[in-house]
Amino acid sequence: MKIFKKQLLMFKRVFLLSILSISLLLSYVSPVLADGKDDPLLTKVLIDQFEKRNTDGSDPWVLDGQAWIGKDLQKLWIKAEVEKVNSETEEAELQALYSHAIAPYWDLQFGLRQDFQPNPSRSWAVFGIQGLAPYFFEVDTALFIGESGRTALRLEAEYELLFTQRLILTPEIEVNFYGKNDKALGIGSGLSDVEAGLRLRYEIRREFAPYIGVNWNKSFGNTADFARDEGQDTDDLQWVIGLRAWF
Amino acid sequence: MNLLDSPSMSRRRFVTGIAAGSAFFGLGLGSTLSLASPSNRLGPSMLKGNQFDLNIGYQPVNFTGKDRMATAVNGSVPAPILRWREGERVTLRVKNNLAVDSSIHWHGLILPTEMDGVPGLSFDGIKPGKTFEYQFDVNQSGTYWYHSHSGFQEQTGLYGAIIIDPKEPDPVSYDREYVVMLSDWSDEDPEAIYAKLKKLSHYYNFRERTVGDLWQDIKDKGVTQTWNERDMWNQMRMSETDISDVTGYTYTYLMNGVTPDEGWIGLFKRGEKVRLRFINGSAMTIFDVRIPGLKMTVVAADGQNIEPVTIDEFRIGVAETYDVLVEPSDDSAYTVFAQSIDRTGFTCGTLTPDIGMTASIPNMDIAPTLGHRDMGMGMASMPETSETSAVDHSQHQMSTAKTISDKKTDHKSHDSLPEVLGKAGFGSTREITHVSTEAGPQVDMRAISPQSGLTDPGIGLRNHLQKYGRKVLTYADIKNLYPTSDPREPTREIELHLTGNMSRYMWSINGVKFADADPIQLRYGERVRITLVNDTMMSHPMHLHGMWSELETGEPSHIPRKHTVIVQPGSKISYLVTADARGQWAYHCHLIFHMAGMFRQVTVS
Repeated sequence: MKIFKKQLLMFKRVFLLSILSISLLLSYVSPVLADGKDDPLLTKVLIDQFEKRNTDGSDPWVLDGQAWIGKDLQKLWIKAEVEKVNSETEEAELQALYSHAIAPYWDLQFGLRQDFQPNPSRSWAVFGIQGLAPYFFEVDTALFIGESGRTALRLEAEYELLFTQRLILTPEIEVNFYGKNDKALGIGSGLSDVEAGLRLRYEIRREFAPYIGVNWNKSFGNTADFARDEGQDTDDLQWVIGLRAWF
Repeated sequence: MNLLDSPSMSRRRFVTGIAAGSAFFGLGLGSTLSLASPSNRLGPSMLKGNQFDLNIGYQPVNFTGKDRMATAVNGSVPAPILRWREGERVTLRVKNNLAVDSSIHWHGLILPTEMDGVPGLSFDGIKPGKTFEYQFDVNQSGTYWYHSHSGFQEQTGLYGAIIIDPKEPDPVSYDREYVVMLSDWSDEDPEAIYAKLKKLSHYYNFRERTVGDLWQDIKDKGVTQTWNERDMWNQMRMSETDISDVTGYTYTYLMNGVTPDEGWIGLFKRGEKVRLRFINGSAMTIFDVRIPGLKMTVVAADGQNIEPVTIDEFRIGVAETYDVLVEPSDDSAYTVFAQSIDRTGFTCGTLTPDIGMTASIPNMDIAPTLGHRDMGMGMASMPETSETSAVDHSQHQMSTAKTISDKKTDHKSHDSLPEVLGKAGFGSTREITHVSTEAGPQVDMRAISPQSGLTDPGIGLRNHLQKYGRKVLTYADIKNLYPTSDPREPTREIELHLTGNMSRYMWSINGVKFADADPIQLRYGERVRITLVNDTMMSHPMHLHGMWSELETGEPSHIPRKHTVIVQPGSKISYLVTADARGQWAYHCHLIFHMAGMFRQVTVS
């Protein structure tokens, strides 16, 4: 346990350092291009979801975002998911990945993932593939390998339906599987949970789009059993209102 | 043609714009003169002679209602028109008043390699505060242009026209002449545009397919056919509406530096023959030009005289020039109309006998969409009507789309085989092959059966004769006025594939970008054929410095000489090059955001 805490501390330091160095680089690299260089060092920050969810109980704030720094074929990639209820952080997950293009539409990504919340926290190694599948499905899938033989698999897919050039409906789905029970966190082996969302955004600019939508999640198998034991619901339908932005 | 005979272009601007007598000394006063004011509807001034002082500097401009800083020459956007005489030696002292390196390239001029103005190949560029003296003999005549070859300075205003009067009497007779310089202006920094394209390549495309379009297609054609038609695009993850990377969403299109709202003005008297020297000085925009009510007789392409050909409409790629004659026989005004290839904007001006008289501005044509032919899946039997006839596509769809993603590259090298080359003037007869460097994340498409771009007017211009009664110029219509100067057969053929990845916004040749590429070696004196195959869905205007690109339009005795050649999407085209200029030359796509990657050094030794 002690060793693990040490690891965690180091992990946090690494994260802080990488964020610091990214911001340093950011200030250093503009203007991005001089004398016709084809492949400047660029950064992108995408806040895919920053939203308030309306549920039966307390309404959580959710942040789901990504940021990268890099060049055409190689990037450092950060992915973050945070959920807050009544200013308490219920969930906080951060991934720091090296992303390497392996095909015209696909990036291979590997690195580390840290779940800071809920307690106890978990650390994982990440092997993932992100890209655009035929028929314009945006896919992000990753295998996670944690301590004590824990494994997890996450599949995410998203599609964009244009009602107009600016009014865009985004169906998306996320499915999580786990290799074994993690009872402390209420996670069961096998298919654990499915989350599906439908968000309608209006792009005031490409970079700035408020949205409304619904979000539904349901737990399955052992995870559902653990939830029932705790007296919690196994599925939840939420209204959401939020903002999508990038720069 | 005496300069003073054409008051509208020359004398008038001389008198109003420039302190008397300064013309032959150039404009040493650059920043104090502000000729770039967009309220000036007559276009830039002209400098004539053989000694010029050109000052590159920052210049406040306002084209859209927002104050912006342009890069200008002698305070002018476009830069002043330079008028030279064939046979003279010109000296151009170019001072760089910018905070960054700059340069000027004399586009289409045949000159010594060290005078070509390409930083890194011809010279080191012009450092801030420094002056570089260009000096060379002018051995050609016609319409050309000059622009910066550093960074994105061309996008921010550093481009101007060159007119070279012939030593011998001009075979083209005319009473009056105007330069018509087309360009694209954005209030955004070009660096920001480039970064946006890398982060979201369809950023500027507001013509994506919507649910409404899908519903309409299903209603019109049924589910099966709609599915089939879209299958290729869905498989390839590309958009058929992806015509221009940067569009009218950010661009204001200019004619002689004047916005379409204001409108450039060219005056004429009834019955005069007016020579219009069209130059596309855009960073990214290909234009389709017409003058409703007037036939145009094209008399020169890329500065070189051609056999006159009368048309109603022509496409002008970035960096190309066309000289046309018009003869307005009445006292009406006419609109010179240049719509962008993707129909997201236009620029226009007025040819008029009276400054107060204007003509109506036509509507833009329907925005084109890409078809199979434009994706390199042209079938010989298929009509050239990708934008109208989607019916034929469905039957080929499944098989061709599959092949493109499964296509194995051919590692056979043609250079090692003794091969019979196509006859000079008729283009390549070789079977197109894709080299192994074309495989990888940097290339998203390879044309399976690229068709010749010679007779194809191009996307958005096909069938205009049937549809609108407008004859459109094609490359096949262009014949040199004079006999081919080098009638030799090519001794070898160099096949280059224009490649890229749209969504990552990467550009390359044969899948290799300039930074990673070896120079193309030409032996001094040899006659070679270059065959360009466009493995992308964009049109690429390819520009070879230092030597003519002799376009093989099927007339070996009168091969036209060009400096910039559009290679249409999914198509191929061939030209001959006589390697008669020693040195290091640039060879690249002239779209400014493609150029850094889609670029080669050509070494002649």
